[in-house]
Amino acid sequence: MTLNKIAAVFTAVILLSSVSVYAQVKKTAVKAKPTSSKGLSANMANGKAIYGKVCITCHMADASGVANMNPPLIKTTYVLGPKPKLLSIVLNGLSETIDVDGDSYSNVMPSQAFLKDQEIADVLTYVRNNFGNKAPAVTLADVKKARAAKK
Amino acid sequence: MKTNKLFTLLLPTVAVTGLLLFNALKNDTPPKHKAATGNAGLTLPAGFTASLLVKDVPGGIREIAPLPNGDIYAKIYTPTMRRVVVNKSIVLFHVEGDTATVKTSFGTTPGSGVYIKNGYLYGSTDTSVYRYKLNSNYEVINPEAPEKIVGGLIARREHQPKAILVDDNNNLYVNIGAFSNSCQVKDRENGSMGIPGCPVLDSAAGIWQFKADKPNQRYKDGIRYATGLRNVVGMDWNKQNNQLFVMQHGRDGLSDMFSQYYTKEQSTLLPAECLYAIKQGDDAGWPYIYYDQIQHKKMLAPEYGGDGKKTGGEKAIDPVAAFPGHLAPDGLLFYTGTLFPEKYRNGAFIVFHGSWNREPHHQAGYFVVFQPFKNGKPDGQWEVFANGFGGTEAQINEGGNSVNYRPCGIAMASDGSIYVSVDNSKGINRGAIFKISYKK
Repeated sequence: MTLNKIAAVFTAVILLSSVSVYAQVKKTAVKAKPTSSKGLSANMANGKAIYGKVCITCHMADASGVANMNPPLIKTTYVLGPKPKLLSIVLNGLSETIDVDGDSYSNVMPSQAFLKDQEIADVLTYVRNNFGNKAPAVTLADVKKARAAKK
Repeated sequence: MKTNKLFTLLLPTVAVTGLLLFNALKNDTPPKHKAATGNAGLTLPAGFTASLLVKDVPGGIREIAPLPNGDIYAKIYTPTMRRVVVNKSIVLFHVEGDTATVKTSFGTTPGSGVYIKNGYLYGSTDTSVYRYKLNSNYEVINPEAPEKIVGGLIARREHQPKAILVDDNNNLYVNIGAFSNSCQVKDRENGSMGIPGCPVLDSAAGIWQFKADKPNQRYKDGIRYATGLRNVVGMDWNKQNNQLFVMQHGRDGLSDMFSQYYTKEQSTLLPAECLYAIKQGDDAGWPYIYYDQIQHKKMLAPEYGGDGKKTGGEKAIDPVAAFPGHLAPDGLLFYTGTLFPEKYRNGAFIVFHGSWNREPHHQAGYFVVFQPFKNGKPDGQWEVFANGFGGTEAQINEGGNSVNYRPCGIAMASDGSIYVSVDNSKGINRGAIFKISYKK
């Protein structure tokens, strides 16, 4: 009986949480700033999808990261700074402990070079213009240049 | 200077008020259990109470070691935040009723583990184990001069904290976590395969045994007591079996790295966080296998030819209990007290630090689980014992930096209540200690 109760509570928790996660996602979507052109908004939508597939596991849904392990992507110098550096991290990964605004993060960032150039451009543009960030878009040309510089 | 003056003025006032309050309480009921009458925001089984003894401890508290008088040695993991030193590496808290206050703090060696045995206070950094001699009042005699017991242990960016314990034969057990997720050629990279004959196992991913009283030991002085354990933080000695039990943190990213075999959904639930009963020489199978708690099988890891269906690890030990994936078990305690009802005696309390990698699912954990035991073996289904460290359901679902408290260490107080430590609050390394008690 106690077990049944626990199971019932668990089911309720899971149900509730799926609803709230859904609500949260919707909220984020609504909050996203309207973009000037249709092309850009398609890129942003694609970027968001890539984020949800690839980045979200470590950097979390709200991009706040995980303390001591995975750095946040909110208004940090890494995200808002020069595009080549950001692209280099995405293409090559990062295997050193980094300092982000005074806090250190040690987990390994694997290379995401398997993503298509357009996917990388879109996801970085999305990150640089969401989560409170505002920075110029990353273009296909930027990615191609960084990919060429990689080796 | 002004602040200092104010403190000097305020301190006696606080002390006197505290004393008055304490005396006032004393008249009503025995002071020891008067403390925990509320629940401190936790959800507990009937009859249990909880109090938040201290919060906002700079640097965050990892493991804790209580004294017979109820006071607590706490290990600070990150005394430096934003490049500023915020605390010493060990803090002794004096516990009075509902409140813990700093009695003293010392040490410049941050880390995770703290343990009291045979008149010594042991501590660990990410690369070493050291100890301080205690006097008969459990005070450190020379806080400036710890004695190094083991040095040169590997710590490379993943699973660096060293869990420690000392058994009744003066053996020191040290967890050395794998500096890799699953021993891929390229750690955590999409599709990267496992390194044949995983070399990580030579110096990590296991429990090493050293002598608890021999100074300056290195790897060569110890033995690899058990291997194939990706990372262990919670461990305890089971007195009924006279045996070491450990909680393993299972691997990450089945679907992130091998989406051809695993859906994101599967990856949020798998693999299990496992409780192992350890004998010398045991191999729990990492990185070649993981445990699937839904199929109750040891599965071949995708890095080593697995596909989510092939089993493996014929020589690897089975867990004695398995829990949902990614909940991060950081504390293990076999309950040897008599304060709690009969069903809890000799059973296991497991503290789950809480998940971060269950996206797109909700996050989970941030609670203490109870696994009943009978005759030294798990007996029956585990249950959530203390929930709500994370805060509201919405906070818990969001997880990570949204939760109020990430519980970490656990230890039993001499009165039979239990202490649960916290190493992170709302994404910042701020510590806390909860006390969970039972009203007889």
